[in-house]
Amino acid sequence: MALCLKTSRISIHCLKSKMGLLSMIKQDSCLSSLTHPQKPPFPTRNAQNFRDPDANFRMSATLFSARRLKSVKAEKQFCSLDNVDHNQVLDLPGGKVVLTPEMRFISESPEERAQCYRVLDNDGQLIMCSNFKKVGEEIAVKMYTDMVTLQTMDAVFYEAQRQGRISFYATTIGEEAINIASAAALTTDDLVFPQYREPGVLLWRGFTLQEFANQCFGNKADYGKGRQMPIHYGSNKLNYFTVSATIATQLPHAVGAAYSLKMDRRNACVITYFGDGGSSEGDFHAALNFAAVMEVPAIFFCRNNGWAISTPTSDQFRSDGVVVRGRGYGVRSIRVDGNDALAIYSAVHAAREMAISEHRPILIEAITYRVGHHSTSDDSTKYRPVDEIEWWRSARDPVARFRKWIESNGWWCSEAESELRNNVREQLLHAIQVAEKIEKPPLAELFMDVYDVPPSNLCEQEKLLGETVRRNPQYYPPDVSL
Amino acid sequence: MLGTLRQKILGQSLQRTRSAASALRSYSSAAKEMMVRDALNSALDEEMSADPKVFLMGEEVGEYQGAYKISKGLLEKYGPERVLDTPITEAGFTGIGVGAAYYGLRPIVEFMTFNFSMQAIDHIINSAAKSNYMSSGQISVPIVFRGPNGAAAGVGAQHSQCYAAWYAACPGLKVLCPYSSEDARGLLKAAIRDPDPVVFLENELLYGESFPVSAEVLDSSFCLPIGKAKIEREGKDVTITAFSKMVGYALKAAEILAKEGISAEVINLRSIRPLDRSTINASVRKTNRLITVEEGFPQHGVGAEICTSVIEESFGYLDAPVERIAGADVPMPYAANLERMAVPQVEDIVRAAKRACYRSVPLAAAA
Repeated sequence: MALCLKTSRISIHCLKSKMGLLSMIKQDSCLSSLTHPQKPPFPTRNAQNFRDPDANFRMSATLFSARRLKSVKAEKQFCSLDNVDHNQVLDLPGGKVVLTPEMRFISESPEERAQCYRVLDNDGQLIMCSNFKKVGEEIAVKMYTDMVTLQTMDAVFYEAQRQGRISFYATTIGEEAINIASAAALTTDDLVFPQYREPGVLLWRGFTLQEFANQCFGNKADYGKGRQMPIHYGSNKLNYFTVSATIATQLPHAVGAAYSLKMDRRNACVITYFGDGGSSEGDFHAALNFAAVMEVPAIFFCRNNGWAISTPTSDQFRSDGVVVRGRGYGVRSIRVDGNDALAIYSAVHAAREMAISEHRPILIEAITYRVGHHSTSDDSTKYRPVDEIEWWRSARDPVARFRKWIESNGWWCSEAESELRNNVREQLLHAIQVAEKIEKPPLAELFMDVYDVPPSNLCEQEKLLGETVRRNPQYYPPDVSL
Repeated sequence: MLGTLRQKILGQSLQRTRSAASALRSYSSAAKEMMVRDALNSALDEEMSADPKVFLMGEEVGEYQGAYKISKGLLEKYGPERVLDTPITEAGFTGIGVGAAYYGLRPIVEFMTFNFSMQAIDHIINSAAKSNYMSSGQISVPIVFRGPNGAAAGVGAQHSQCYAAWYAACPGLKVLCPYSSEDARGLLKAAIRDPDPVVFLENELLYGESFPVSAEVLDSSFCLPIGKAKIEREGKDVTITAFSKMVGYALKAAEILAKEGISAEVINLRSIRPLDRSTINASVRKTNRLITVEEGFPQHGVGAEICTSVIEESFGYLDAPVERIAGADVPMPYAANLERMAVPQVEDIVRAAKRACYRSVPLAAAA
């Protein structure tokens, strides 16, 4: 599906982007001199250098004509053993293996790092001859408005936590494209198993700002009945499984659910999200392995944002990121630019098709940066440079980048922008005010849902507690009903 | 989720038919005997046949016919989509089972022994037990974790631990321990039909034992209620509670005690969580003496919980201190003579019952 735009305007853009890249090289070499205060210098070949992510993009830009991804088929690996007598083959239970007299260890790192798929350049312009799934105006504008809404929601709720109105919050700043574009490429029938930095998927599917606020305030209208901390959203209706704080446990769950979808012969897949840190968990290994063996329609989406709280990826793993591990399990994989909404949209769209029609898992690694702190309990300036954070927040903002693209198509303008931002901010402030005033869940809810049917001991305890409260109302908060 | 609603209604109507069937119970003596292994196998077969959402997953359950042959013939009958041989990743397949249950299937996850469940215990507790509560009813987990539990014969420390107390401590789980073939059939069927996660603790040494089964037990709709203990033998002098293999030992002890004029009431707990406190307390109020028996480690064990329950509700009725008999407070030794001393024997139960009846000198207080 090659898309070659031959208008002169685009050629100029291509030229510009090439020139831009040249100037970027100069800029990036400054950035790469920003070394992490406590880390010894790593050879750039092996390190996931977050100060110079454009290294990947540069490589792909200069080689794009030769290495353009023509289709969504997996690349073939060519056998490059020279001194092999092809009659020397070993028959193993798992299949045939070619023998060789050469003792050659497979290198711990590839000659080249896995390339990163990108459609829009840093200025939000389509890269010449980029191969992507087209997005119409309606979807593109909804994607953009949802990205802005997510960004604004994060800002407002973060403020609310700082003011003491909610107890906790975790932002998704820098990962808006991942959240919204991946959701846009799926249908609501596809099941979502999130980690905790994917509220945008819920937003895309129709979760309202009021519903988000209700969960954060843990009030009576919260679907979680105030049982969990803020940001632990869930919605049966929207096929989004309730956030659980345990890391990477959702990966095997996703495989189990995908297996169930396969058994039911549904035209749907499962998508599960996790971070670079989550990929170190044992559950990651178990889930990918099983998904491949059981041949299930599951998309494993890794948000490689460079940091697991304070642990940089150089301390997390020594592989070339997460994408290369897919091959280790027999899982087809791709690396995408996590700040490029169109690239994510295309990759997830293709992955979904493959997953459902071919009954196979797909691994997508999106390279991005966690601009915000890990959560409101974290101050990331303690372990990374402030200018690094600020650079990613401004120069690499995925929202601004996508805005440039839709504006260049004539689908957006600055009036619409200010109207949207003001509107959303007002709605959020209103939602917070409303959520704050709604009553908390009644005391009776404390004992419900432990089991399907409340057991007798809990019924008894609820009765006793009710009696105690009625006898001593002065010790009991007035805004919580029984 | 309409599917869950439909299941709930179906479940309720099944319950009504079941209770009607048990009302027509016949008391004719059973000529038929059935091994526990076959009881479990037939229960699995019948439930898989009745509900296409039920499937079995675990190591060696398919081609090998089950590590202990419990799932014999099931792969052949239901095919590889419903009987899954898994790689050796307890954490993996337990998580996958929970994920399938989240979606609405009814998985049965087999652990080769419950010792291996420790590698998956995060998924059992954090993903299965707590999900219904944390999601406030949006995510139910109708899953069964089953497998042999407790000591076998000469398998050493890492293959002999009893997990009843550990799992029974966790709200959100139900924990069942069958003894006889009737228990095995009825409780496993109840577990599979239950919408909550159930930990089903079998016993390797009981698999080969045969028990008489009535026609009612053999019926495919047979089901035992969860949370009800069974009085295996009525008595009036001392109450002995036990579960799993220890029920057999307690019954043997009761025979010996009967010859000495002590009439022991043996309660087969069947359900560790929820614990049938009312049956236990009613019995203690009748006999005024209590011995609890279990194979597992003594500290924080099932016996400790039963003792507290009785003290809370029937303290005034006790004529003697409650005594708990448990395994030795050491990792299980391998050598046969040491192993024998590390688990309760019939004589231990007999002596304890006599002490409770003041027929012998009480034990000196432990240091």
